[in-house]
Amino acid sequence: MVEPPRVKTTRTIEGTTAKMRLFPGFLLKFKWSLAIVAVSLLLSVTNAFATNGFIVVASTTSTVNSGLFKNILPKFTKTTGISVRVLGVGTGQAINVAERGDADILFVHHKISEVEFVKNAFGVKRYDVMYNDFIVVGPQDDPADVQKAKNVVEAYKKIAAAKSIFVSRGDESGTHKKSLEFWRTIPVDLVNSSGKWYREAGSGMGATLNLTSSINGYTLTDRSTWMAFQNKGSLVVLFEGDPSMRNQYGITMVNPTRHKHVKAPLASAFIGWVISNDGQAAINDFRISGKQTFFANAAGYKKIN
Amino acid sequence: MDSSANETLPNNVENKSARILPLVLKNVSYEKAGMRLIKDLSVTFNFGSLTVILGPNGAGKSLLLRLCHGLIKPSKGTVDWCGPKVSVPQRYQAMVFQRPVMLRRSVIANLSHSLKYRGINKAERTQKIDNILQHTGLSRLAKVPARLLSVGEQQRLAVARAWSLDPEVLFMDEPTAALDPAATHSLENIIGAIKKSGTKIIMSTHDLGQAKRLADEVLFLYRGRLLEQADASQFFKKPNNDLAQSFMRGELLWWNRQELKPPEQLKERRQK
Amino acid sequence: MEIGDAFAAAMALIINFESGLAEIVLLSLQVSIIAVAIACLIGLPIGAALAVFQFPGRTAIAVILNAMMGLPPVVVGLIVYLTLSRSGPLGTLGLLYTPTAMIIAQICLVTPIIAALTRQTTEDLWQEYAEHLRSIGIGPWRAVTTLLWDNRFSLITTILAGFGRASAEVGAVMIVGGNIDHVTRVMTTSIALETSKGDLALALGLGIILLALALSVNAAAFIINDAAMKRHG
Repeated sequence: MVEPPRVKTTRTIEGTTAKMRLFPGFLLKFKWSLAIVAVSLLLSVTNAFATNGFIVVASTTSTVNSGLFKNILPKFTKTTGISVRVLGVGTGQAINVAERGDADILFVHHKISEVEFVKNAFGVKRYDVMYNDFIVVGPQDDPADVQKAKNVVEAYKKIAAAKSIFVSRGDESGTHKKSLEFWRTIPVDLVNSSGKWYREAGSGMGATLNLTSSINGYTLTDRSTWMAFQNKGSLVVLFEGDPSMRNQYGITMVNPTRHKHVKAPLASAFIGWVISNDGQAAINDFRISGKQTFFANAAGYKKIN
Repeated sequence: MDSSANETLPNNVENKSARILPLVLKNVSYEKAGMRLIKDLSVTFNFGSLTVILGPNGAGKSLLLRLCHGLIKPSKGTVDWCGPKVSVPQRYQAMVFQRPVMLRRSVIANLSHSLKYRGINKAERTQKIDNILQHTGLSRLAKVPARLLSVGEQQRLAVARAWSLDPEVLFMDEPTAALDPAATHSLENIIGAIKKSGTKIIMSTHDLGQAKRLADEVLFLYRGRLLEQADASQFFKKPNNDLAQSFMRGELLWWNRQELKPPEQLKERRQK
Repeated sequence: MEIGDAFAAAMALIINFESGLAEIVLLSLQVSIIAVAIACLIGLPIGAALAVFQFPGRTAIAVILNAMMGLPPVVVGLIVYLTLSRSGPLGTLGLLYTPTAMIIAQICLVTPIIAALTRQTTEDLWQEYAEHLRSIGIGPWRAVTTLLWDNRFSLITTILAGFGRASAEVGAVMIVGGNIDHVTRVMTTSIALETSKGDLALALGLGIILLALALSVNAAAFIINDAAMKRHG
C-alpha cells in the first residue's frame, strides 16, 4: 500500500494547515517506537497474575460483596503461592457452574442443595466453614409491625397480613430458598400476590436491597451483605435472632473423577486451609465497621463458641 | 503540454503491431429492463486510426464502449478480439470515463495503483509515472490528493492513468463533456499525443467540433443503431445517412424519445 | 446530590490513582482493543467482500448482519459461556473466566457491527470505483483491499462504533469473565458490582471515568480523521 504523502502539499486547503501540524515532526519520527510501547503496555496485563497456579471458587455474592474474600485470600496466597479466583454469583448459579465443571470448589450457603450436590457425585465432600445469619430489614416506620414478632414465621405472617411490600430475590439463590422455606409455613398465595405486595426482583442481594430501599419494602438478607451495603436509605434491621435464621456456609471440592481438569491438590490445599485454625481465625478476624460478620464453625475448630 | 515532446513518449510507435486488434462486433444487441438499447450492431475496429463514436444523448455511445471494453456483456451477438494475444485482451485495453474515477489517494498513488496490479515492478513504475506526469503536465501536482484536483486536472489524471498502462486500445467515454474549453483543449492535445504513440483510440462525443478535430473515422449512432461508419473527411463533407445529416445541422438537438419530428411539425403541434 | 457525590468519587479515584483502578482500566482497554482488532481482521474483509461479490443469498447475509448488530450481549455471553464451559464443546481449552473468554465474547458482539457498517460504506465507494477497477482488470479480492484502503477514513468511525460497543457492554463479559478480582474485572463489571453493593456514588464515579475514556478515544480519532481526510480528499 502506498504511504499517504507526508510531504507538505503544494496546495493548502482551508483549515488544514493548522491541523496538519497536529503531530509535530519529532513525534512522527518516533511513531513506531511509540506504537511498540503502547502495544507492549497493552499486552503486559495478562502476565501480571503469574503464580504457582490458581483455582476457581464458585461462591456467592454475600461473600464477595461483603469483602470477606478480599480480606482472607491474600493470607492464603502468601503462604501457598496459590491464587484464588472467586466467582460471586447466586447459590443456584454457583452450583450450576460447579456442576458443569467450571470451578474447582463450591463455597455457598444452602446446605440441602450442597448435600444433594455431593450425593449426585458432583462434589467430593462437604465441610461446614462458617455461619452468619439472615435478618429481616424494612422501612423504619415498620407498617407491618414486624419488630413485635416473636419468631421469623410470625414476622412473615405480619407482612402478608398487612400486605406490606416484600421484595423477594426470586433468583434461586440461597437467600431466596431460605425465604421460601419461611413462606411455605404460612397459608399465603404468593403466586397471586406476585406483582402486588410480593415483588420478585430476580437479581442479586445488592440489587434487591437497592430495590427494597427505593420502594420502602421488607426483605430477607444475609447480615454480611447488609453490613457492607451502602445505600440503605430508610431501611433498618427489624427482625433478627431466630435460630432458624442461621445461615450456614459450606465448602465442597468439585469431583475430580467427574471433571478431570479439577485441580485437586490445589483445591484440597485451599479447603484444608479454610477449615484449619489459620483459615478459621482469618474468618473470625474479618470485620465490617468494627463488627464481626462471619463466625467460623468448621468441625474440629474449637476457638469459638 | 506540448506535442513536441512526443519523441520521448513511453510508447514507441515503431515497436507496435496489433496484439488484440481487430475488434469485431457481430449482431450485437443489449437489453436492459426490457428495453433494447443497442440494436443488432455489427462493426469492426482496426489498428491505427482514431475512431469517434458520434450521436446525440441516449444514442447508446457509452453502452457501445462498455460492450467493446467488456464491462457489460451483450444480450445477443458476439464481441471478439481477433489479434494474436486474444487470451488476455483486458491486459491491452484501458478506459477513461465521462466522470473521472479518482481513488482517494495522491496523484502518484492513483497512477501506481493500476500499474501495480498490472504487475509492473517498483523501479519501472516510478520511471513510468515520472514520464507520464511530465507528458500530461501533472508533475507539479504529483503529491496532491486526486480528489482535490479541479475537474479538468482530474480528467487529465484519468487519461494519464489509462495511458500509463500502455494500452493497445484506449476507450474514452465523452472525456471532455464536463470540461471548460481550456481544459478541453489541453486534453485534446494529450489525446493527440496518445494517438501518435500508437494507441488505437475509440472515443465517444456529442461535440461535433471535437469530432472534426480528432477523428480519423466516424461511427454515427442513433437510438441504439449504427447508421453510418465512414472516414472522417468523407463523413464531415457529406454523411450518407439523412439523420446524420440532420445531426450535423444541429437539428437533432430537438430529438425526442418517442418520435423524431422536424422543427416545423413540432411548431404546429405546439400551436394546437 | 448523588450525582455530585459521583463526580467527587470519580475525582477522588483519579487523584488517588489507586493501582486497583489502573489495573481495571488497563484490562478494559486491553480486552476491548484486542477484541476490536481481531473483529476488524474478520469483519472488514467480510463487509467489503459483501459489497463487491455478487452471489445468491448476499442480501440475506446483509440483512442477518444488520440484525446481528443488535445482538443482546447477555445472549452472546451465554452462548460463549456454554461453548467454553468445561462441559461445552471447547471446554478442554479451559478459557472460561479468563480475559481471553471476554475477548472472544466481545469479538462475537463487535464483528457483525464492523462487517455490516463496512459493507454499507464500502458499497457506496464500490459504486463509484467498480467500472474503473474492472477496467484495469483487478480481481474482486484486490478490489476489496483497494476499497478498504481508500475507505479508511469512514472505516475509522466504524471501528470506533465497534470499540464503543465492546467497552460499554457488561452482560457478556460478566458471564464469561465472572468479574473475578484482578483477573477479569473490568470497568463495566466493576460498575455492576459497586451498584450491587449499594455504593452508587462509586459506581457512577467509575461510569464517569469510563465515559471520559470513551470520549477521549473518540475525540482523538475524530481529530486525526478530520485532519487526514482534508489532506487526502
